[in-house]
Amino acid sequence: MDIARVDQIIDRYGADESYLIQVLLDIQTENNWLPHEALERVAERLRVPLSRILHIATFYKAFSTVPKGRHRIHVCMGTACHVRGAQRVLDAVQEATGIKPGETDLELKFSLETVNCLGCCALGPVMEIDGKTYGKMTPAETAEALRNHD
Amino acid sequence: MSEVRLQIDGQEVAAPEGATVLEAAQGAGIPIPTLCHHEKLEPFGSCRLCTVEVERGGRKQHVVSCVYPVAEGLTVRTRTPEIERIRRVILELYLAHAPEAPRLKALAEEYGADKDRFGKESSFCIHCGLCVRYCAEVKKKHAVGFINRGTKKEIAFVPDIAARECWKCKECFPLCPTSWLQAAYVLVEGILFPREEQQA
Amino acid sequence: MERLHSPAELEAFRKAVLTDRAPDQPCITLCAGSACHACGCNDVAEAVRVELAKQGLADRVHLRLTGCHGFCERGPILVIQPESVCYFQLTAADVPEIIEKTVKAGERVERLLYVDPDSGDPLAREDEIPFYKHQQRIVFGSNGSIDPKSIEDYVAIGGYSALAKALSEMTPEQVLDEVKRANLRGRGGGGFPAGIKWEGTRNAPDPVKYVVVNADEGDPGAYMDRSLLEGNPHAVLEGLILGAYAVGAHEGYVYVRQEYPLAVENVTLAIQKAEELGLLGDDILGSGFSFRVKVHRGAGAFVCGESTALMTALEGRVGEPRPKYIRSNVRGLWNRPTVLNNVETWANVPLIIQNGADWFTRIGTETSSGTKIFSIVGKITNTGLVEVPMGMPLRDIVYKIGGGIPGGKRLKAVQTGGPSGGCLPEHMLDLPVGFDELTQAGSMMGSGGMIVMDEDTCMVDVARYFIEFLTDESCGKCVPCREGLRQMLAILTRICRGEGRDGDLEILEDLSVVAKEAALCGLGKSAPNPFLSTLRYFRDEYEAHIREKRCPALSCKDLIAFHIDPDRCRACGRCRRKCPAEAISGAKNVIHQIDQDLCTKCGTCLEVCPERFGAVRKISGEPVPPPLPEDQRTVRARG
Ligand SMILES: Cc1cc2nc3c(=O)[nH]c(=O)nc-3n(C[C@H](O)[C@H](O)[C@H](O)COP(=O)(O)O)c2cc1C
Ligand code: SF4
Ligand code: SF4
Ligand code: SF4
Ligand code: FES
Ligand code: FES
Ligand code: FES
Repeated sequence: MDIARVDQIIDRYGADESYLIQVLLDIQTENNWLPHEALERVAERLRVPLSRILHIATFYKAFSTVPKGRHRIHVCMGTACHVRGAQRVLDAVQEATGIKPGETDLELKFSLETVNCLGCCALGPVMEIDGKTYGKMTPAETAEALRNHD
Repeated sequence: MSEVRLQIDGQEVAAPEGATVLEAAQGAGIPIPTLCHHEKLEPFGSCRLCTVEVERGGRKQHVVSCVYPVAEGLTVRTRTPEIERIRRVILELYLAHAPEAPRLKALAEEYGADKDRFGKESSFCIHCGLCVRYCAEVKKKHAVGFINRGTKKEIAFVPDIAARECWKCKECFPLCPTSWLQAAYVLVEGILFPREEQQA
Repeated sequence: MERLHSPAELEAFRKAVLTDRAPDQPCITLCAGSACHACGCNDVAEAVRVELAKQGLADRVHLRLTGCHGFCERGPILVIQPESVCYFQLTAADVPEIIEKTVKAGERVERLLYVDPDSGDPLAREDEIPFYKHQQRIVFGSNGSIDPKSIEDYVAIGGYSALAKALSEMTPEQVLDEVKRANLRGRGGGGFPAGIKWEGTRNAPDPVKYVVVNADEGDPGAYMDRSLLEGNPHAVLEGLILGAYAVGAHEGYVYVRQEYPLAVENVTLAIQKAEELGLLGDDILGSGFSFRVKVHRGAGAFVCGESTALMTALEGRVGEPRPKYIRSNVRGLWNRPTVLNNVETWANVPLIIQNGADWFTRIGTETSSGTKIFSIVGKITNTGLVEVPMGMPLRDIVYKIGGGIPGGKRLKAVQTGGPSGGCLPEHMLDLPVGFDELTQAGSMMGSGGMIVMDEDTCMVDVARYFIEFLTDESCGKCVPCREGLRQMLAILTRICRGEGRDGDLEILEDLSVVAKEAALCGLGKSAPNPFLSTLRYFRDEYEAHIREKRCPALSCKDLIAFHIDPDRCRACGRCRRKCPAEAISGAKNVIHQIDQDLCTKCGTCLEVCPERFGAVRKISGEPVPPPLPEDQRTVRARG
């Protein structure tokens, strides 16, 4: 990621340490992950120790310190979806993609994450691929939905 | 600063206002076990081993003595069956990580903790944060920090800073109650030194 | 927009908005909440726009996209005002008929109406439908009638009049006193009285104070805060301004999780509009009172919903709770006195100021006044958000509003309070929902999650599920939580796998006590609740898992097997074709069989086996019958 772009994001807020998480969120949104140089730049500009930034970047779920795949799969593991069989959906995704939650496959095709409640409990179990919601999923339909992505 | 009077294990104790119960007890020679406490560092309250019972206005509560401030008329009990149980289980949880650490072994002896109650975990670190906080608060170098959260939490060196600062310092080594830090350090040394030699 | 300088100008603005809108002019409101969105409400909206234009009605009929109406089970939902005719589960293809019949001719489209499950009659209006009829929607009701992006819509329904009233007729003490008298208890966690919390902040000597909205909503399976903030952000904002006025704060924050982008967007826009109108900023409505609000996006950590962790996160740090024993309403954000309340708590404040504490305490029970919004989900016919007066028995919520359990199954338990709460068994359904009642029963109100479980739900697995969630979400700072939960999860996982041992329950109880007594924050202290409450009411299920290696709910994968009953299999082959593991053998006229070594227990075969055959069975705690010899696999004609 371009360091000048990191500077622009910081300037949106002002170089104040209380904006640290907001700045990191913007970098994450724009770049899909947090490259080390970007974190170093943020540390320098906001005058926050790098060790603290690394803790933040690994503490919160929104951040990733490694690149993500082209397609982002979110399987809802919220309670409503859990009692309606979310685990079976997750199993089906893992079987089809060969990756576990938090992982990205080697071809950078899929990244898999679990989330808690997408606000569509009526449609549980729910999964999202690239922001599109798939409701009332069965293992068979899950595998089918994944086949339509490359 | 004004004095506050309280009772610890039946003994009348005076302590300056703003002191912690732990400090008051230590001043009176009443031992309370600690793992994450260090007088040069801000209270952290993570190991929970220093848990005591405080009673105020008839309300009893378990608190950590290294953080809880003294108050006039406070009644403190440092050893009750519940406290013994809390400390024993905490030690058993720790022993899953570092069954051979001398300080933990000694405490385990005292509280009757079984080192094999829980399955062994691979990391020696018990997250007392002494190394991290010492480096940040006393040395102001921030060479070592925590990463991740929950059960995945670990300590990690920031390689560039560690390469620059740690050789001449090493003050956090002896603070570690389980000696994991040393192992980690050796590891970092192994990774970093060759690279520095190449660059030189 | 013109800045308003006095309550009178606000009134004039309101009149202008209302005059602009002829009350009998038809208005189509369409739910654009998360669930309806996922069901394609966008297509429906587009179809409405196209059709209105085609019919030349575009400027005579208004289309309004609203937040969640609550009845998410039946989305997308379209309501036609002023008659409030509701249509459910629409597609874009239904739109022309609706416009033609209902909007133009005032007739109803029968096939899209809600059908009463008891009488079979079609019901057209919201207030006739049981799901809505038994609710009392004082906070959530406006969601269905306003466009959250329009401050005019909020003002049109009386919005910001509580603020005008407070600023012009009441002192801050009077506002505080009204909230105290109303006994408004916190809707986000422990039910602490808001008025008492505010008083502590007001009386703290530090002149710099803060007010904060907790919109972190971490409870997995609950979305009422999200829907409120998405659907009616101004109500929350108005409450926050009133709180700031009462305690003397001039800065406020909305801490909202970034997983809720629409909530972030709508509340940000609401702040901007309120500033433009002079309802936020300097000298609000000419009163001399100034107050500003910032939005802070949370980066995803359940523990950040805890008050001290949230404040640490607001300061830009790792969201670990603070070990302090001093309340955050006295020393909170940047060590300043800080009032933190939940979204729904704040949304109640304008109602209390507008209608008075006496009106509020008449709703609900003696110790729990007002209403509560629940997110009723799981094995329930009408999934959705419901707002009921405190004290309503659980049974009424589940059956009268929720429509009972689908598929003819039996209710087993209702889980309330999220990961910190507990499970209440069937025989406690007459419990009135109130803060203290739920706590006494071993659960808690929490933020309003209500998960209905039926006979297929394994209670040991539910406990394991919550402990797993909390292990993942523990900040990792203190040992009773980080290490204690790690061990609890390991043991519960073993039990669910059929590897439970004698003594496991005692270790779990030991770890529970230590977490409860010695953990640093509320997450660790309440983490054992899901285990303790399921043990209290469903000990037999634990014992079946440990002693008999049997899962009574037939749910734990490692303890069940799928088996095709040879007497019932008609060799239709559906299961064989659908099995993703190719574990089923069989052919035309050959009884189908499952190779247990290949089966991944996905359950597809059970789902697809035609109901009239019902040949696939789930079994647990008994050996799988041996495969039939090849020569006995021919399907015999049924005799
Ligand atoms: C682990 C944990 C998570 C919490 N999450 C939330 C949350 O998501 N939303 C919320 O409003 N309160 C949450 N709370 C409760 C808050 O700490 C706090 O009590 C509440 O926001 C106060 O507002 P109220 O009094 O209006 O409920 C949580 C508490 C704990 C211990
Ligand atoms: S390495 Fe040692 S000193 Fe550092 S946190 Fe772990 S146990 Fe404590
Ligand atoms: S109880 Fe859990 S979440 Fe709370 S401080 Fe301790 S480790 Fe962190
Ligand atoms: S449970 Fe799934 S894997 Fe097993 S036989 Fe049935 S369809 Fe195949
Ligand atoms: S729990 Fe999955 S959408 Fe709510
Ligand atoms: S010494 Fe008090 S919590 Fe560790
Ligand atoms: S999202 Fe439409 S009713 Fe809830």
